[in-house]
Amino acid sequence: MKRRTSTYVLLTAGLLVVIFPFVWTMLASFKPEGEIRQNPPTLLPAEWTTSNYTGLFERMNMGTAFLNSAIVAIALVVANLLLCSMVGYAFAKLRFRFRNTLFGLVMVQMMVPAIVVMVPQFVLIAKLGLVNTFLGIVLPFVVAPLGIFMMRQFIADIPDELIQAARVDGAREFRIFFSIVLPLCRPALATLGLITFMTSWNNFLWPAVVAQSEDMYTLPVALAIFSNAQATQYGLLIAGAVVVVAPILLLFLFLQRYFVQGIASTGLK
Amino acid sequence: MATTLERPALREKPSLKIGKPGNSWVAWIFVLPFVVVFVVFWAGPLLAGLGMSFTDMRSTDVRDPLAVDVVGVENYLRLFDDELMRKAALNTLIFVVTTLPLTIALGLAAAVALNSGIARLPAAFFRLGYYTPYITSIIGIAVAWRFLLDPDAGPVNQFLGAIGIDGPAWLSDENTALPVIIVMTAWRSFGFDMVVLLAALQGIPKELYEAADIDGAGRWQRFRSVTVPMLKPALLFCTVYSSIGFAQFMEEPLVMTRGGPAGATTSASLAIYNQFGAGAYGYAGAAATVLFTVIVALALLQFRIGRRS
Repeated sequence: MKRRTSTYVLLTAGLLVVIFPFVWTMLASFKPEGEIRQNPPTLLPAEWTTSNYTGLFERMNMGTAFLNSAIVAIALVVANLLLCSMVGYAFAKLRFRFRNTLFGLVMVQMMVPAIVVMVPQFVLIAKLGLVNTFLGIVLPFVVAPLGIFMMRQFIADIPDELIQAARVDGAREFRIFFSIVLPLCRPALATLGLITFMTSWNNFLWPAVVAQSEDMYTLPVALAIFSNAQATQYGLLIAGAVVVVAPILLLFLFLQRYFVQGIASTGLK
Repeated sequence: MATTLERPALREKPSLKIGKPGNSWVAWIFVLPFVVVFVVFWAGPLLAGLGMSFTDMRSTDVRDPLAVDVVGVENYLRLFDDELMRKAALNTLIFVVTTLPLTIALGLAAAVALNSGIARLPAAFFRLGYYTPYITSIIGIAVAWRFLLDPDAGPVNQFLGAIGIDGPAWLSDENTALPVIIVMTAWRSFGFDMVVLLAALQGIPKELYEAADIDGAGRWQRFRSVTVPMLKPALLFCTVYSSIGFAQFMEEPLVMTRGGPAGATTSASLAIYNQFGAGAYGYAGAAATVLFTVIVALALLQFRIGRRS
């Protein structure tokens, strides 16, 4: 019994340390600039204000960046849900030459660091005339290897008999995919959609390379550039940090089951 | 896998053309999206980057990439003479070998604590809390930490001041800047290892612990001779996966220190990013190729060691 109590104490202490940066920053973002820098500091704002947020949207074009992030993330979710499940279906249930070789290449792509291919990818995008466009930001990620892997694992568990029965009834492979396989994939699609949204929302390197004017910046890009330009405007900066972090935190709080499932399924197979 | 796909009884039916390798064009339509994106945006650039690294290509050559001059291994030789690149390589090495054990130790400690008979609801609550830093934007987090650690305006030094300690200028001090980034990364990443290790812990059969109890093993002995060996595959996965990620760290110094002070936090990836920004594409390609080689070698080595023991 005593041991269990000390475990709880340790876990709680750990939790406080872990969430301290979030809590402090979030509360500070509602303080006026003067109070943010005040010593000794206040935990709760003595004077609540939303001026950091309004200032952010006026001065940093945060509204546009927010919208850009949303457009990119939603486009990638839709593309990945469709394409990863198509490719995953082929790897799980269809027979074709070089199937195992191709699946090996999926694994290879998963290992390639973004920074390694960044320069030639950019030259390619420039050649295609896609610099500073949404298409340029999105294209390399429309069918993520992690998504293919997840969908293949999930679809492999769907009984073959279901698919064979439809084939005997004369259904075409595309009909089988859309009317039998895809509806059965709903739980996996929910996880894949969430993970894709999160990855896209947080992605920095590639959008920073492709987006070259303020009207194309995504949130992390806008925040990183603003932070380098205005290093000490903490009120605006931490409000920006909250705007970047909060949507994912909210999604996670409500849908954490799917997140954790996704991590466990990719981590242990 | 193979057993579900090769059912002779079903393959013989004439309506199942899909099953025959010679008649698989439908399957190819299904995998086409991957093939196209892989060839165009990943395999192509990977090879092009290798080729680029032997040329003097600059940003001004994008219009006509084939008109650049081949300079052989000159970029690679320059790389090894470049003071900043050497520093970046050293920083990356220090970062990986310190952050990796720290992250795994924290993840393991949290997983073991959560698996030690804590009630379900609080366990889920703690897991949620510990996991949050991992899923949030690294740019947002870096901005927040820079504020928390500001020498004058940040609460960390204000608290230290209140108990009579004169806190350092964390991010502009050569001695503390990299350690801060190491601690921040461990803080951000251990939740992932925790989730993976917790799942593995829950998969350990209870009988093993009971057998250890009968043999009179204490808590520490049970941990060493049952838990750790059973966790080996999960630990190996965490090690490989995290070290690949850590070897590419870049956003943290980009936002918090811009690689400073005096290059103390410049990572290999950040140096490549800066060379790209400066337009030296050939040189950046050479550095990227070296980094990629090191990462692949590191992953293979870890698998080798992991398998042998």
